[in-house]
Amino acid sequence: MSAVSQDTAVSTGRVTRAFLYLVLLLFALFYLLPLYVMAINSVKPLDEITGGNMMALPSQWTLAPWRSAWSTAQIGVEPTGLRPYFLNSILMVVPAVAISTIIGALNGYVLTKWRFRGDTWVFGLMLFSCFIPFQIVLIPMAVVLGKLGLAGSVPGLVLVHVVYGIGFTTLYFRNYYASFPTELVRAAMIDGAGFFAIFWRILLPVSGPIAVVSVIWQFTNIWNDFLFGVSFGGTSQPMTVALNNLVQSSTGVKEYNVHFAGAILAALPTLFVYIVAGRYFVRGLMAGSVKG
Amino acid sequence: MGFLDIRDVTKSYGNVEVLHRVDIAVEEGEFLVLVGPSGCGKSTLLNMIAGLEGISGGEIAIKGRVVNGVHPSRRNIAMVFQSYALYPNMTVGQNMTFGLEMHGVPKPERDRALADVARLLQIDHLLDRKPGQLSGGQRQRVAMGRALVRNPDVFLFDEPLSNLDAKLRVDMRTEIKKLHHKLKTTIVYVTHDQIEAMTLSTRIAVMNKGYVQQLGTPKQIYDTPANLFVATFMGSPAMNIIPATIVLQDGKPHAAITDADGQPCHLRLGQPGLAAWQGKPVLLGIRPEAMTDPEGADRKSANIVALRNRITVTEPAGADTFVTMTLSGKDAIARMRADAAVAAGQAFDFAVNMEKAVIFDPDSGNRIAD
Repeated sequence: MSAVSQDTAVSTGRVTRAFLYLVLLLFALFYLLPLYVMAINSVKPLDEITGGNMMALPSQWTLAPWRSAWSTAQIGVEPTGLRPYFLNSILMVVPAVAISTIIGALNGYVLTKWRFRGDTWVFGLMLFSCFIPFQIVLIPMAVVLGKLGLAGSVPGLVLVHVVYGIGFTTLYFRNYYASFPTELVRAAMIDGAGFFAIFWRILLPVSGPIAVVSVIWQFTNIWNDFLFGVSFGGTSQPMTVALNNLVQSSTGVKEYNVHFAGAILAALPTLFVYIVAGRYFVRGLMAGSVKG
Repeated sequence: MGFLDIRDVTKSYGNVEVLHRVDIAVEEGEFLVLVGPSGCGKSTLLNMIAGLEGISGGEIAIKGRVVNGVHPSRRNIAMVFQSYALYPNMTVGQNMTFGLEMHGVPKPERDRALADVARLLQIDHLLDRKPGQLSGGQRQRVAMGRALVRNPDVFLFDEPLSNLDAKLRVDMRTEIKKLHHKLKTTIVYVTHDQIEAMTLSTRIAVMNKGYVQQLGTPKQIYDTPANLFVATFMGSPAMNIIPATIVLQDGKPHAAITDADGQPCHLRLGQPGLAAWQGKPVLLGIRPEAMTDPEGADRKSANIVALRNRITVTEPAGADTFVTMTLSGKDAIARMRADAAVAAGQAFDFAVNMEKAVIFDPDSGNRIAD
């Protein structure tokens, strides 16, 4: 491909290029295989799966497993399907992501542009929360939620995830704002902008890439979380817990096609977020010099 | 009492005092330049006037109102930053009126002020662009425009030209000077470039190590520097500093130095008061342009002394030819007319304008007054 020269790519011969594509294609197929199995088996009747051929295309296409997983499957003792739990997850994820991202942005702003004595210590301590395993905080968190009267509710889960997420979001925004020129903040101060005016008018408009990173990170983590959901969910458990209850049920026939459909349903929102905002994710990670 | 008063102002970080009792009164319409090497405290002083840094001691007053502890936005000042500090997400027009908006000025009034300033700076056609789409010179204009729109009492410039290339820098320098002539505003301007300081200012404060070394008009600073630091910092090439001894000849003080071959020569000094220093070592300061070929010497000077010396190096620079020679064992530079007949290794008759010579005390480094 010497005719088309790209400034960063090393030019390679036609054969080498074909070989490269072949290898990449094989890897892609390998990675896509589980998704293929899930998708294909979620649109088959159960007897085709139990009949033995898991890899074959369905001889009879059906959306019944999806309908069942969504609205009628037995979750624990109730035949509700995953729908109410999906709603719980949305009600938990959206505020938790929004609140933790905004608090992270404010923290990053204060830690870089309104520095105070001991600010590096405060930041260091906040970083600790990135390294604390979930299991350690379960019991103290249960006590706190109980005292606040938020145990077993969606607001309780929101609080837990916000508290847990602030460490990461602060890290992202602090590193991003550290490279933001302080002279701009000073210019805005002289122009008469106050603390929040500088934040809203000067910093936030240029925070797009890092906000995307923070949102994706928080969204995937909170959506996929199981432990907090099962511990503090109570009657308003999130999607992950419901999926577990669906798949792990020990009575009756194992409806694999319904399980596959449910698993895809549970993974869809995160897939969606990655596809929509994925390229900003990489860009933002580079911009903030943060490893994800 | 001046328009902007800096009274005994000090700045300390912990136990370290970085700015020592600075005392400057700036008149209305004055163009004060703070000049000095990096780390001399000039930017710190500017930031203290702006209110971006606290004042450890003394007070700063603008129009008679002490502004210690007053928020930057309520001091009625405007600042032009080294990096221009234009808000990247706003258009040029929004950048320039942001300050007015924050001060609650109604939209029609803002638009009028913006239109006036944009016309003055000839940036009308740029108002809808983002800063990222502007060239360096245009950004510079916008940064100045943003300051002008506010119509402040005092303008503060923090090395505004140092990010521009050499040619543009000279153009913008002239531009700023024109603007000052036209608007008669009070300006405090920080730079490390002594040529900017000389050309722009009505007064210069030369700073070093947190002290104001000398405060005066460009001419005072250039012709009668208070000490060796000011003498060597201002002017390019730097002032020649030559070790000398004061001797009396016919009852008049002379500076005794040696030429390239170690032969003594006596240069007559114009200041009779120096007789008191007879026999003592001093430092003789002569600017390169005061040592020329005889044809190029200042005809109005009352004290031109001939000096024959061997030339070490010649450096033709187009407009002038710089000649290096050895005086009292030190290199000294003379500035000749471009077509002066000089060649390295040759002996040459220099004309030294001793009226411009200054004498320093080698112990304190201070100039010995006439």
